[in-house]
Amino acid sequence: MAELAAEGKSPDVVFWVGCAGSFDDRAKRVTKEIARILQHVNLNFAILGEEESCTGDPAKRAGNEFLFQMTAFQNIQVLNGYGVKKLVTGCPHCFNTIKNEYPDLGGHYEVIHHSTLIQGLIDEGKLRIQGGTYKGKKITFHDSCYLGRANGIYEAPRAALLALDADLAEMKKSKSQGLCCGAGGAQMFKEAEKGNAEVNHLRAEQALETGAEIIAVGCPFCHTMMSDGVKHHNKEAEVRVLDIAELIGHGLQ
Amino acid sequence: MVEQIIFLALLTLGIGLFVRSIQKIRRNIFLGRPLQINDRKAERWKLMGMVALGQSKMVVRPLAGFFHILIYAGFVLINIEVLEIILDGLTGSHRIFADVFGGVYNLAIGFFEVLAVLVMLACFVFLVRRLSGKPARVSSIQLKGWAYTDAMLILGIELVLMSALLLMNAAEGAMPHSDKAPFLVSAFISPWFLGFSPESLHLIERTAWWFHAVGILAFLNYLPFSKHFHIVLAFPNVWYSKLGAKGKFPNHEAIKKEVELMMNPSAEANGAQPQGDEPIKFGAKDVADLSWKQLLDAYSCTECGRCSSECPANQTGKLLSPRKIMMDTRDRLEEVGRNIDKHGSDFVDGKSLLGDYISEEELWACTTCNACTQACPVNIDPLSIIMDLRRELVLEQSKAPGSLTAMFNNVENNGAPWPFSPSDRGSWRQS
Repeated sequence: MAELAAEGKSPDVVFWVGCAGSFDDRAKRVTKEIARILQHVNLNFAILGEEESCTGDPAKRAGNEFLFQMTAFQNIQVLNGYGVKKLVTGCPHCFNTIKNEYPDLGGHYEVIHHSTLIQGLIDEGKLRIQGGTYKGKKITFHDSCYLGRANGIYEAPRAALLALDADLAEMKKSKSQGLCCGAGGAQMFKEAEKGNAEVNHLRAEQALETGAEIIAVGCPFCHTMMSDGVKHHNKEAEVRVLDIAELIGHGLQ
Repeated sequence: MVEQIIFLALLTLGIGLFVRSIQKIRRNIFLGRPLQINDRKAERWKLMGMVALGQSKMVVRPLAGFFHILIYAGFVLINIEVLEIILDGLTGSHRIFADVFGGVYNLAIGFFEVLAVLVMLACFVFLVRRLSGKPARVSSIQLKGWAYTDAMLILGIELVLMSALLLMNAAEGAMPHSDKAPFLVSAFISPWFLGFSPESLHLIERTAWWFHAVGILAFLNYLPFSKHFHIVLAFPNVWYSKLGAKGKFPNHEAIKKEVELMMNPSAEANGAQPQGDEPIKFGAKDVADLSWKQLLDAYSCTECGRCSSECPANQTGKLLSPRKIMMDTRDRLEEVGRNIDKHGSDFVDGKSLLGDYISEEELWACTTCNACTQACPVNIDPLSIIMDLRRELVLEQSKAPGSLTAMFNNVENNGAPWPFSPSDRGSWRQS
């Protein structure tokens, strides 16, 4: 972004990579697929690189409103400094925070999650999917809380899966009644409280019950949680956990 | 005439006591922080129509939703008959609407009788359900003490009241030359009274009438002490509920001012004044630190447990139960209210919602997934209370779990929840 700005250019959209997308090895692969899709449709995009910082979601949800606001103000300063109008992100937590919580702090942007972007590109005919790889394969989609219940986005990721000609199987708990993967509310960064089971094991069990070969996700934290859950049930050889961006990216020529 | 005077006295007493209870609840609710909610009125009325009146979230679980609607419809419609009871009681008339509405009257009473039977059926089903232990959330397995007794009492009282109504009509139908009865359902009960003298029939009819009338007044006064008060508060609670994205957690204005001052000291000159005399509360320790809407939530809860049954933490055996968060808030608020009644408003009992009622372990089990707020049939928001109490733990008491403190440090120093350097943010392009 800094380089573009130095040249006096501005991108159509800023790709907000997010911390997981920047540092988590599994999520980095998803980041690359999102970038590949953006390049594929010739979208003029930029990343903030070093100037991007945590949105503050885990801090706010862990009760540290001070830290949240300080981080948020810094990000807003950067974004407003570049005159950014539109962002796309692969993380529902970043998406939710920037979209819903930054406006009160002076950050007003159009933010879209990559599943919505993909749905739009498919609808516009800009993204033609070679359905071969996943045609007829049974795929189930795990709704992430911060995309689904938090923001009412249930159809965009499913539309992307349908574009693959996949056999979409719903879990017994899905959409507005979907079960959390267990990572939200800063749980990702702490040990779970005492209980008789792990949330991600339970959710993975629900996903496996569908008989799907692929569990599709749209969130880096769900991705980790579901992968670990599948491993817990010793199914990692048969069942893969893939992000919507990977599924679509694999189908591109 | 004596009967009318007794009735008037009972009616005045019943309504008077009820009003007093309401005032107390109102006072308790407004012990909460002020909060202005009066935006998007059209949307709010529509929401109230759908969720409170239309019970749109009840039918997510179709069977329970269906029987609940039966009881609810019975309650609302049969209460039209209560108007007649009041008028008869005050004027000494007998079935005052019968002469006014003629044939329609018999039709209406027949309809009410059918409803009464359906209400009894639903109450019976719900009683059996609670006794059978399935689902656990409504049985004595999860609901202990008063909460369970309260639930059983409500169902019992409704069964008795409906029986009295049918018995009254049946006794009238059995009377020779009755010009008002028989009615649709009670006509089948009337034959039980075959061979009864007109005097005994009259006595049965009058007893049932008084029982029903006094029973309703007593039940009315039971409501404010019971979870059953949700029939009243469901409406305002939905009207004032959170609109827009569930993922938007409220911005903390006082903290915003502090942060603005911290980041830009010259902002003070631009109107970002430090707060006045009131010490700024960053979180909520006790009920008075919560907003009045959160306290209204607590009084609106009917302890159905749908929130907890959808809660990921609760489903995996953690201590957290959103229903308990709401019940604790109400219990503590009632306790604070009783303290004020006894010792005046400055009394401090040294207890608080956080610590004495809700533990840290419960609060840290929440994934903020909004399953509880989605599940609640009357749009209660347990999550907002959890968040306010978490903020109290972290910002006022510095009691964040160690791993979260480490995460805070990472966010502050590295701009990420993990200890990675910002300079590696672009590394995904090379790998």
